[in-house]
Amino acid sequence: MIVGHRKPLEEIKSYLDGCERVLVLGCGTCVAVCMAGGEKEVQLLASQLRMAFKEEGKEVLVEEETIQRQCDREYFDTIKNKVEHYDAVLSLACGAGVQMAAELFPKRVVLPGLNTTFIGVAEKEGVWSEKCRACASCLLAETGGICPITICPKGLVNGPCGGTNHGKCEVSKEKDCAWTLIYRRLEGQGRLDKIREIQPAKNYKAQTTPATIVHAAYMEEEA
Amino acid sequence: MPMPFAEALKTKEFVVTAEVGPPKGVDIQEMLHNIELLKDKVDALNVTDNQSSVMRIGSLPVCKLIKEAGGEPILQMTCRDRNRVALQSELLGAYILGIRNVLALTGDYITVGDHIEAKPVFDLDSVLLVKLIRQMEQGKDFAGNELKGAPKFCVGAIVTPEADPIEPQLLKFEKKIKAGAEFIQTQAIYDLENFKKFMGYARKFDVKILAGIVLLASAGMARFMNANVPGIFVPQELIDELVAAPKGKALEKGIEIAGRMVRQLREEKVCDGVHIMAIGREHLVPEILSAAGM
Repeated sequence: MIVGHRKPLEEIKSYLDGCERVLVLGCGTCVAVCMAGGEKEVQLLASQLRMAFKEEGKEVLVEEETIQRQCDREYFDTIKNKVEHYDAVLSLACGAGVQMAAELFPKRVVLPGLNTTFIGVAEKEGVWSEKCRACASCLLAETGGICPITICPKGLVNGPCGGTNHGKCEVSKEKDCAWTLIYRRLEGQGRLDKIREIQPAKNYKAQTTPATIVHAAYMEEEA
Repeated sequence: MPMPFAEALKTKEFVVTAEVGPPKGVDIQEMLHNIELLKDKVDALNVTDNQSSVMRIGSLPVCKLIKEAGGEPILQMTCRDRNRVALQSELLGAYILGIRNVLALTGDYITVGDHIEAKPVFDLDSVLLVKLIRQMEQGKDFAGNELKGAPKFCVGAIVTPEADPIEPQLLKFEKKIKAGAEFIQTQAIYDLENFKKFMGYARKFDVKILAGIVLLASAGMARFMNANVPGIFVPQELIDELVAAPKGKALEKGIEIAGRMVRQLREEKVCDGVHIMAIGREHLVPEILSAAGM
């Protein structure tokens, strides 16, 4: 899933300077699971904003809504008419959701309440870790299901750098060396031959941005 | 004037290279002095590429200055700051300036340096950089396009014999040789017995090995490296030797230790040469060599 992290209250408040009616808009999918932008976080942030504005003697109406997903147009149907009543929509979705909202409401100021951080997994309650860089040319078949593009800060495809130490990364002693993990996993599976050959350079053309995918079944329609 | 480094590797029993670290800023007096001092005492001078991700003068212009001074430069090239376009362009540039030796490295990560918010590149890695150079020598660029005149380089890479765990490191070492590295320079080594074990393995490959010698300036430096520098292990006996040195004489002891190691490596024919890294004390390299009886 996509993991995000809420921006500091001061930064969010600074975006809202001069606004009188604000809608805090949550997203009920990825960012709800990672406890950054779901219904509960919308309630919390809206309350914080109300208190902060009150303390500053400002009259700002802060209201709340959460939709199932901000990355799908149809989920906005329920709030479409309501949005016209606000000066600003503070979206707690990931960057994709914020942009969809901004596209759907071009006359309203749509602002981000989160920093979108990564595609990752839940390690345990309250802990998420990055697993995928969406590089568009997946190497996991070669590397024992451990992504060197994501887990190695240098994204190395041919083995560890000289900075690896006791299985940890040059960048942080807290982080595992991706290539030590890959080596150990493949060694355990008797599949080290997978990484003995020189891996070709990464094809960065595959991730030319912005990317668009059209499902084969819809090709004709799009054309 | 030294012979081409490729020839030295082929004909000499024991080669010596020393590291030159370009300064941060345009005052190059001290560096030029060191180049002058060292150029005829070593087989090649190996110029770092924004070492430790700290911004300084680049390797290429300094290699050119060494060439002009009559020395034999080795261009260190990392993948940290240049994509494959910039790497190839710089290699062609190096060749037309008369530079014939390249040491291919991945490079330290950006955040260990002094511009921690910079964008890290790492388009290629050290293995692919060696491969890229060999492909250019065949008259083709990395994308397969024809070159108008092909360069020819003596290409080296590095290995960390004290890495823990060692197996993934050796896997990469073998790829570097497969990609076409002619010489391999090691991270600093201090434990000769361990290094001999590594050489027992490395001798199976057709590649010249240069042992990395980092001058120990104090017991504190040795302890610091043990705690903080990946792949460096200074044995306790050496630290004790530095501690036992009279006050103010630790550096002299460090020179003696470095000289002793070079001498032993050479006399026992353990490897094909040494690469001396005096890190900011380049002017002491001649003293290390004389302590080694060279």
